[in-house]
Amino acid sequence: MENSTIYVPKLITKKENFAPGHRACIGCGEALAVRLAFKSIGQNVIVVNATGCVEIFTSQLPYTSWRVPWIHTLFENTAAVASGIESARKAMVRKGIIEDKNTKIVAIAGDGGTIDIGLQALSGAMERGHDFLYICFDNEAYMNTGIQRSSATPFGASTTTSPAGKESIGQFAWKKDMPAIAVAHNIPYVATANPSYPFDLMEKVKKGLAAKGPAYIQVLSACPTGWGCAGELSVKIGRLAAKTGVFPLYEVENGKYRITVDFPKLLPITDYTSLQKRFRHLNPEMLEQIQQKVIEKYEELKEKAEMSGCCCQAGTEE
Amino acid sequence: MSKRVGIEVSIALADVVGMANTDVVAAYPITPQTHIVEHLAELVADGELDAEYIPVESEHSAMSACMGSAAAGARTFTATAGQGLELMHECLYVASAMRLPVVMAVANRALSAPISVWGDHSDVMACRDTGWIQIFTENGQEVVDTALCAFRIAEDNNVLLPTMVHLDGFHLSHVIEPIMMPEQSQVDAFLPPNKYPFFLDPARPQAMGDFAPPAIYTETKWAQEVNLQKSKETILKAWKEFAEIFGREYKPVESYRCEDAKILLLTMGSYSETAMTAIDAMREKAECENVGLLRLRLWRPFPTDELRKAVENADVLIILDRALSFGSAGGPVGMEIKSALYDVSKKPKIVNFVGGLGGRDITVGNFEELIKKGIDIAGNGSENEFEIFGVRE
Repeated sequence: MENSTIYVPKLITKKENFAPGHRACIGCGEALAVRLAFKSIGQNVIVVNATGCVEIFTSQLPYTSWRVPWIHTLFENTAAVASGIESARKAMVRKGIIEDKNTKIVAIAGDGGTIDIGLQALSGAMERGHDFLYICFDNEAYMNTGIQRSSATPFGASTTTSPAGKESIGQFAWKKDMPAIAVAHNIPYVATANPSYPFDLMEKVKKGLAAKGPAYIQVLSACPTGWGCAGELSVKIGRLAAKTGVFPLYEVENGKYRITVDFPKLLPITDYTSLQKRFRHLNPEMLEQIQQKVIEKYEELKEKAEMSGCCCQAGTEE
Repeated sequence: MSKRVGIEVSIALADVVGMANTDVVAAYPITPQTHIVEHLAELVADGELDAEYIPVESEHSAMSACMGSAAAGARTFTATAGQGLELMHECLYVASAMRLPVVMAVANRALSAPISVWGDHSDVMACRDTGWIQIFTENGQEVVDTALCAFRIAEDNNVLLPTMVHLDGFHLSHVIEPIMMPEQSQVDAFLPPNKYPFFLDPARPQAMGDFAPPAIYTETKWAQEVNLQKSKETILKAWKEFAEIFGREYKPVESYRCEDAKILLLTMGSYSETAMTAIDAMREKAECENVGLLRLRLWRPFPTDELRKAVENADVLIILDRALSFGSAGGPVGMEIKSALYDVSKKPKIVNFVGGLGGRDITVGNFEELIKKGIDIAGNGSENEFEIFGVRE
């Protein structure tokens, strides 16, 4: 496996379906994640994009960063639009109107567009079993509108609508467990990923595409602008999110959990939080509370993986 | 040859959507539209219509799925009513601006609160400015014919605009009427396959729905307006060709006993048939021999020229609105027509009534009363900008 990290990069396509020249912020983890994901996805795809950072920084009439067919309509309806495209192609292939080329439908959205306002449409599309891959690029707040909290914002993080203050600890609720919600829909594939582990991410995207039916991947995407860190720390912070257990990397294939990049000993969460301004106001008691929650959730996840009979795999993408 | 059958209007509408060989139906149940989508589900379940039926989880998703389907190049249909249409509201603007030719039947229904499943035009009037082509129907035959025309108009490559077919909830959607159902061969002769030119295709990547900065937004919106106004040519052409095949002719503004009429009543939708009976009665009783009826069929694009022509010899124009425009100077139709006639030098005196809200009947007797009251107000004036008809105060 260690050797593969030397050779695998050579096998990855040089072709960029997500073209350079977009207008993302410096160090944008989301732009990196989209680029890597679309190396796995290839060209035989139709992309449905929710309103959000990616939609804005990749489009502006008359320009586009997309070398694949791409459609954006609204914020909360991405999964529904994807289900319309999937159904249309199914009907048209059956009726001989178009050729069956096994074209994939990929919906992409941010955490707000997925976990808050788009949850109903996504739940509907997953429940109906449309054959599509939904990727949530989770930067843990409404970054496009100016860093407002979403239900994916982690506990304690300061945002413009959950500001830390004399009477406020910042974000008051724990991050909504969206992958668990996706799993509860009994879909064939659910995963978490993070562009700091590029091969893991690309492998999961491939699996999600290959799955027959709905697949959901939540990709933690560091946001230097919103998280308050230097642009060059984006990849490092992504790694620390996994190594501290704050955002574990796992997959759920047909209900079976597997931790794909495991760490026998988690680093303290302060290694992760101390690099970001959004957590700077937290006192040791608050940090300890978060630490306990992270350990508890990680243990839960490990238990699920063990129950599924899947071996955990030590982190190798170093 | 086509034959006349006694059939519920909603079922007939669904049958004709099936005969149009629709590819995708995405719909959510809401009274009084349900019979339409239930029957479509039945047609698909029985293998009589080869389509994908998407039972979405909301009307917002119904229209969103329809947008995706139309963008993929499929012939796409949905139906809704009242609150459902309002939940779709933001999607409606996007469907028209992105030139996605979805066809939608709206079983017009009052809006909450208080909740009412019964018919009026509050739902559609709130969607007046969404950029859709909108056609009102008077009876079951018109519903069937208009649905067929709607696909033809919406998908025409000179148009590519979503189109609403309005039928009054219950008063039209749930009645059984004698309807000449078309033959499949007639449908095929009239309605060519959908050839959406911009369909999403990996062989030809394109971006749809980019954001527009101030430097380009106005141009996109103006192009949309020009396109909607221009669609009237295609609508008229489609109706003409429809008449050639089916023998039934439709116009943007229909008139009844207007040749010698000095007093005109203007209605939309199914109440027009009751109004006709009232006009016959008034003429017979010699109470009012010069009364006639105008029916506004094409609501968007608004047929300004046809309307001006239709009222050029009238002294009084009595307009019945079936929706309130709260806090304004009249009903939505009344205000629009006043505006359309403002620049005309010789124009009738206009009296605007709002009535028939939330399914309340306007009977033949009521219409006679309304016309008489209108004539009285036209002669003697009123303190009000518009009148509410039949309210208990």
